Amino acid sequence: LVPDANVGDYVVVHVGFALTKIDAEGARRTLALLAEAGAAAGAVP
Amino acid sequence: MKYIDEYRDGRLARSLAAAIARAVDSSADYRFMEFCGGHTHAISRYGLEDLLPANVRMIHGPGCPVCVLPVGRIDAAIRLAERREVTLCTYGDLMRVPGSYGMTLLRAKAAGADIRMVYSTLDAVRIAVAEPDREVVFFAIGFETTTPATALAVRLAADRKLINFTVFCNHVLTPAAIQNILESPDVRELGRVRIDGFIGPAHVSTVIGTEPYAFFAQEFEKPVVVAGFEPLDVMQAILMLIVQVNEGRHEVENQYVRAVKPEGNAKAKAEVAEVFELRKSFEWRGLGIVPYSGLRLKEAYAAYDAERRFAIAYAAARDNPACECGAILRGVKKPIDCKLFGTVCTPEAPMGSCMVSAEGACAAHWTYGRFRDRVRRAS
Repeated sequence: LVPDANVGDYVVVHVGFALTKIDAEGARRTLALLAEAGAAAGAVP
Repeated sequence: MKYIDEYRDGRLARSLAAAIARAVDSSADYRFMEFCGGHTHAISRYGLEDLLPANVRMIHGPGCPVCVLPVGRIDAAIRLAERREVTLCTYGDLMRVPGSYGMTLLRAKAAGADIRMVYSTLDAVRIAVAEPDREVVFFAIGFETTTPATALAVRLAADRKLINFTVFCNHVLTPAAIQNILESPDVRELGRVRIDGFIGPAHVSTVIGTEPYAFFAQEFEKPVVVAGFEPLDVMQAILMLIVQVNEGRHEVENQYVRAVKPEGNAKAKAEVAEVFELRKSFEWRGLGIVPYSGLRLKEAYAAYDAERRFAIAYAAARDNPACECGAILRGVKKPIDCKLFGTVCTPEAPMGSCMVSAEGACAAHWTYGRFRDRVRRAS
């Protein structure tokens, strides 16, 4: 179901079929946001 | 594992919890429904409720495919499997869902019915190819995540001109169920359930995208945040919902940007559109008859429709009268409100569907949550 998948890509698999590719940039952005939210909270006593 | 472990970081989860605690308005109450069983499972498994402030409550939604299948459909599948010529293939979860009189597919199998557990629809097609004398029926259930797999199996069977493969279709649609909940008397008139926003499903949204939720956000003025299934994903989504509520916004936002695109998966949607069409209505456990909430095979694929080939007549059947699955699926009750919970109903011997699948609210609470109940009672 993901025609543009290549060897080395990460995909989300559901009941044996790939539903979507994991977007490395999106994953990085989410982690950066999480770290930022965490750091902002940590700065408060 | 890459792209999983990073989103389970306990230290980050605690700092996110601190960010949530800072964001909430202490004079307000926040009630969010996680529609999807995958999120219900993550919330229970990682104890996320313990990390949330007391005025933020999560309500478990009906997005567990096994849970919402009504008893009548299980009964029909069992009757089908009892036919001498039929080999019924299905996903493992369905084997233990109780039908009428405590009968399950597992018990029917023990009594001699030819029922086989498969991991993929293609396994069922393979069985049909290998055993041309058997009438192989795939008992298909699930939301938009599993429907493309069924569509591909039907198309493969059509390509190979298989005459012994059919699908007993019970596929259902997420947006129809969300709308049904928002329009239900529990939410609208009786006020028994208040929902301030939704965590949108992860895998379902990889297929349908985020666009279908825009209607709820606008029409019902409820924010929707599509989230991944890892604990940090859920925490971040809750934070995003709180910020929206505080700012009086009701928009569709996407937390799961690494996997969900606004338009979803075009190929998967095209496969589904080729094979399936809407039913006028479909019965759900808990929600009752929901208009345009289920799918059936199109006329062009009628030859692969088990309901037509075996003239399956649907008869609604009653749940166990003591079972609260219906109210739990609507968010009206919690698993511990059910007197069967943990007494005669456990994952080993489930009475109701919510105790069967790991995504079910009762099974999740039994596996992870009940220990917290004990701590709470003791303290």
